[in-house]
Amino acid sequence: MDTMMDRVDLVIVGGGPAGMSAAVAAYESGVKNLLILERDSHLGGILQQCIHNGFGLHRFGEELTGPEYAWRYEKLVHDYNIPYLTDTMVLDITPDRVVTATNSERGVFTIAAKAVILAMGCRERPRGALNIAGSRPAGIYSAGTAQKYVNLKGYMPGKNVVILGSGDIGLIMARRMTLEGAKVHAVCELMPYSGGLARNIEQCLHDFGIPLRLSHTVVEIHGRERLEGVTIARVDERRRPIAETREYIPCDTLLLSVGLIPENELSKTAGVPLDRVTNGALVDQDRQTEVEGIFACGNVLHVHDLVDFVSEEAEIAGRSAAAYIQGQSAEALDIPLSVDGRVRYTVPQRITQKKDVTVFFRVADVYRNVTLKVLDGDRVVLKKKKPKMAPGEMESVTLKPEQLAGAAGLRFELEVG
Amino acid sequence: MYDIAVIGAGVVGGMIARALSAYRLSVCILEKGHDVAVGASCANSAIVHAGFDAQEGSLKARLNVRGSELMAGVCEELGVKYKNNGSLVIGFCDEDRETVETLRRRGEANGVKGLRVIDQAELRRLEPNISENAVCALWAPTGGIVCPYELTIAAVGNAMDNGADLRLDFCVSSIDRIAGGWRIRAGAEAVEAAAIINAAGVYADGIARMVGDNSFSIHPRRGEYVLLDKECGGLVSHTIFRTPTKMGKGILVTPTVDGNLLTGPTSVDMQDKEDKATTAEGLSRVMTEAQENVRGIPFGKSITSFCGLRAVGSTGDFIINRFGEGFFNVAGIESPGLSSAPAIAEYVLELLRQAGVKLEPKPGYNPRRPAMHAFREASAEEKNRIIRENPAYGRVICRCETVTEGEILAAIRTNPRPRDLDGVKRRTRAQMGRCQGGFCSPYIVGLLAEELHIPYEAVTKSGGKSVINVGRTKEV
Repeated sequence: MDTMMDRVDLVIVGGGPAGMSAAVAAYESGVKNLLILERDSHLGGILQQCIHNGFGLHRFGEELTGPEYAWRYEKLVHDYNIPYLTDTMVLDITPDRVVTATNSERGVFTIAAKAVILAMGCRERPRGALNIAGSRPAGIYSAGTAQKYVNLKGYMPGKNVVILGSGDIGLIMARRMTLEGAKVHAVCELMPYSGGLARNIEQCLHDFGIPLRLSHTVVEIHGRERLEGVTIARVDERRRPIAETREYIPCDTLLLSVGLIPENELSKTAGVPLDRVTNGALVDQDRQTEVEGIFACGNVLHVHDLVDFVSEEAEIAGRSAAAYIQGQSAEALDIPLSVDGRVRYTVPQRITQKKDVTVFFRVADVYRNVTLKVLDGDRVVLKKKKPKMAPGEMESVTLKPEQLAGAAGLRFELEVG
Repeated sequence: MYDIAVIGAGVVGGMIARALSAYRLSVCILEKGHDVAVGASCANSAIVHAGFDAQEGSLKARLNVRGSELMAGVCEELGVKYKNNGSLVIGFCDEDRETVETLRRRGEANGVKGLRVIDQAELRRLEPNISENAVCALWAPTGGIVCPYELTIAAVGNAMDNGADLRLDFCVSSIDRIAGGWRIRAGAEAVEAAAIINAAGVYADGIARMVGDNSFSIHPRRGEYVLLDKECGGLVSHTIFRTPTKMGKGILVTPTVDGNLLTGPTSVDMQDKEDKATTAEGLSRVMTEAQENVRGIPFGKSITSFCGLRAVGSTGDFIINRFGEGFFNVAGIESPGLSSAPAIAEYVLELLRQAGVKLEPKPGYNPRRPAMHAFREASAEEKNRIIRENPAYGRVICRCETVTEGEILAAIRTNPRPRDLDGVKRRTRAQMGRCQGGFCSPYIVGLLAEELHIPYEAVTKSGGKSVINVGRTKEV
């Protein structure tokens, strides 16, 4: 246990897929004095409980399970001898990059870093955030918590299940609970479309005959000690429950898959400004936040559908943090990106260097026969046509340095039909 | 045979038991729940009222003002968080201004110190986020906030540390007169005591009837609340009431001692004494009316909603009296019950003394209890010293509230010992943050199983059938 402040070039907060990819990329770019801080007792983050396959198709061209995907990066962390501390909770980050953390061996300790990469991931939105009426019995879990009980602890949270929310974790858990012998009575989705990947709806619901009730929500919870049932109802176009459509479903378990929230409490301690749509930091193409030397990547920046894209983004952050530490940069620019509402957000939100920039974005609704336009005033910088875009699938376009030259600002607009 | 049995381990029963434990008396606390503080004491507004609401001359008025005076000292002794944040009753029109003046006069008659009616400009200075339509307010600088279950747990724990016994899952089914006292049965179990203090909350009328006292009845009044993230706790610094009606003090907006923002309660008379379900209409009313009082409450940052049942007595006042030999009612303790609790304990001691119970101070009585939140508030150096001695304090289990394994284990091993997830939550704040236990509950289930020597799947949320898991995988 020491009270002396350590000095390292790069601290990475979080040892999940984003943190590991960022660390590996930074190391490969020449930063050898770095440290990963992970709050759980192992690297890999939430991937360790995602024992289903489907990870790595983009990245490795093969279908891996979550732990297998994590191992690809863990192995690199070990091969490179990248230092990491597990069971270590970061408590505070200052704007000038002093990181305070705690663990059993060192107690409360501080590290001064030249750069910090935020890779804390996200958490699930709990029942309380929805204000569902009714009692508060046992038997209500966020889907990820149930996944932990089933896949890591080996226990069954219940036998008769209703799932609210058709996010990917909810869909995956519908299949998992079914395979473990439970009966999943319905997956209710407030919106008229699912927020999950199309392949998950096919493989997790349709293949098992689990009904997906679109435009439905849970309006009441019943049961005093353990959950006894839920009342569901159809919602109108303004998402208000329609009383005449109330329907009681007896069940002992309600799983919630109603959204993920980037865990930016530490980012706030560092004074990092956040985007009101993504709930993650505002970043440039390097994933540098508006606080110099602090970078962000993965689900703490914006919630991704696929871990493959998390790794890709984290590598950008890792390489850029290395370049920042080494004092390298391309020609400076300052181009803010804006959206029209149909495009809900972009990451990055600002371009500050003249180089190839891939811009990720998400749309607000299901749109067919769309044309994405990137505009600099009236000038069309880029056009991309697609038969369909949906909120559940992240989109991207790559801008070339010559397309950026001279731009005052870039607006992302979607033309439909 | 015990000298005294206290029925009900809410804040009233707990504070009375603690007061009794200072004397040479054997005391047993009987509680039907799986833990202490599971009735009205775990779901209320968490306010220490200044004392201007109750009618002049009522027991409510007297005990509220006295309780409010005692509260800071009691909390200091018990290591319970208390904050004297002051309260404001805001008015929107001329009629409200009259009500505010009436409250001031009533408060002054009740002995509340420092009351002042303030104008819009001063109100705005005190609370920049107050509604623009609020034109005046009663400012009560002695108002405060406290965590009601923390106070109850600490009071019961302190009573136990001083020799009192606690019987949980003890649901009184009959009370019979025996030589020198009473036999109190709960199914096959029985406890004997020379005197009974009936602090059974919404069930106090039923307990009284068991000894033939039909003089009052209690009905539950539902109060629904919405609790917001700590991010929102700074929206107001005072407790904001609006001018009261017959049904209660309306929807209040207040910071909590733990830094959250609390809004509520509704006020609906009920029949069922166990129905703690929230309603869509109720929650919507809380949100609408709270926003009429304070601007910009971000209800998107709600972390939970809940419902409490106040024990409303048929007399309109607290019902604290002796019914025959060795039976005392402490019933109808609705608002301002939490504020009054320390004074109620004092008052009950006096009733006992008048009834001839000998109150001899007990040597070695310790009124103090170590604060359960001491670690989180310690300096880095102090934390390091503790972690060096016990590395479990270096392992953070609850990320949202930064609660360590050391703190959770200490809570599980401290009187009154929690036996379920909710019990750990109320003692440590683990699972009480913005993720509501999503990340940490599987770990805490493991810690409880280990400490209680029960299988992992036997751990419950709140006792009874509230299991977290129904069995192992591959066995269903």
